[in-house]
Amino acid sequence: MLTITDLHATVAEKPILKGLSLAIKPGEIHAIMGPNGAGKSTLGYTLGGRPGYEVTGGAVNFMGQDLLALEPHERAAAGLFLGFQYPVEIPGVSFVQFLREAANAQRKCRGEEPLSGGEFLKLAREKAALLKMDMEMLKRPVNVGFSGGEKKRAEMVQMGILNPGLAVLDETDSGLDIDALRVVGEGINAIMRAPDKSVLLITHYQRLLDYVKPDFVHVLAGGRIVRSGGPELALELEDQGYEAVA
Amino acid sequence: MTQLARRLVEDWRYADQAALATLWPLPAPERVVVAPGEHFTRALVHEGEGVVQLELELGEGATADVRVLSIGAGYGRVEVSATLAARADFTLGAVQLCGGTAAREVVASVTHAGRDAASHQVVRSIAAGRSSASVLGRIVVQPGADGTDAEQAIRALLLDRGAVVNARPELEIHADDVKCAHGCAVGELDEGALFYMAARGLDPAVARALMVQAFIAEAFVGSELEEQLMAAALAALGGLA
Repeated sequence: MLTITDLHATVAEKPILKGLSLAIKPGEIHAIMGPNGAGKSTLGYTLGGRPGYEVTGGAVNFMGQDLLALEPHERAAAGLFLGFQYPVEIPGVSFVQFLREAANAQRKCRGEEPLSGGEFLKLAREKAALLKMDMEMLKRPVNVGFSGGEKKRAEMVQMGILNPGLAVLDETDSGLDIDALRVVGEGINAIMRAPDKSVLLITHYQRLLDYVKPDFVHVLAGGRIVRSGGPELALELEDQGYEAVA
Repeated sequence: MTQLARRLVEDWRYADQAALATLWPLPAPERVVVAPGEHFTRALVHEGEGVVQLELELGEGATADVRVLSIGAGYGRVEVSATLAARADFTLGAVQLCGGTAAREVVASVTHAGRDAASHQVVRSIAAGRSSASVLGRIVVQPGADGTDAEQAIRALLLDRGAVVNARPELEIHADDVKCAHGCAVGELDEGALFYMAARGLDPAVARALMVQAFIAEAFVGSELEEQLMAAALAALGGLA
């Protein structure tokens, strides 16, 4: 699904990722944990192709394609979903309009027929219900006036609608209360637990992993993966802290 | 009550004088008196060059809704002035789309002459290429016009490095019990929002268009002709840059 080989990336000419390698197979859920400043969000943005995140070395193969050669919107169409730590507000553009444009842009890129208005609304209703989100909220401008938790829930609704092959979720658990955490966790499982799909969870804490059980846990520190293990590694980190474990 | 002397000493230089020479003499402004309690509505699409002036006088409790769309090449100026008697309500929503070397201007002047009148001005400018968009938005609250509720929101988007936006809000308030809110901002399309849209699969041109569309829509919200004005604006947008 995704193979990252010796990835180096800089932000404002400062090296952040320094030789990161990681392989994710279809059907697997990986969690990347690490202290502040380790490069976790940079990894997400670099995979998404955000301007300003410059790759200075290494390679990323995504489902047989050179991911780094694709524009950000082409990466999305290829099946990569980037869940934002801080979802952006877009005044004046309704969620429904935005998502329908996005879903159909992706379909067009893949040579598929666009969804009709009715088909899209049916899909949106289904995914909103899955995340226990009021459909009325999706008629509002993108993320405007949403609480932190609502924004994260809306990210998952988007993921459900766009139906990616790989979801890279950057601190999707931050800003969530306990109930919302469970809803979001169950949403990730419902949408992404499939033999042909994979998830890369970027997180600080073990708590999301109680709901979304990872197959592999990696510790990112100083721009590289310094340790990998099974789900028990997350518990060890929670118990002993990053310094002791990494 | 003592009336304080007031004098405006600023100068508003809006365009190249030589470019204006051919425009004189100006046609007489259109004057509209809206009788007490009556409603007036006008959608003014100004294409191409020249100066268009609309002067409104709103009687007690009268309402007026004026929408402006200024597009095209060359020098174009739309002036709208409104004088509001007690409890009158005035709305102005204006959009100017400038590309190439166009110089477009919206000059709005609202005078609150009576008590408890309300005015709402929303002006959106988009400047691409080497064009310039200027906005002068004036609110005058005359002595005794207490209970005034005036708001003015001027925003402009610069799509290219060579484009220029001038925006000047001007508030002159001579009464105490008033609410006058104004905001003025000039900026570029938000890079963060553009990346967010790209990360969901929208190509850059579509993402840009969607954001620009949302930006101008605010000036037409609530108009009876909202759809037609948006359609005309979107058609003109296609020719920008």
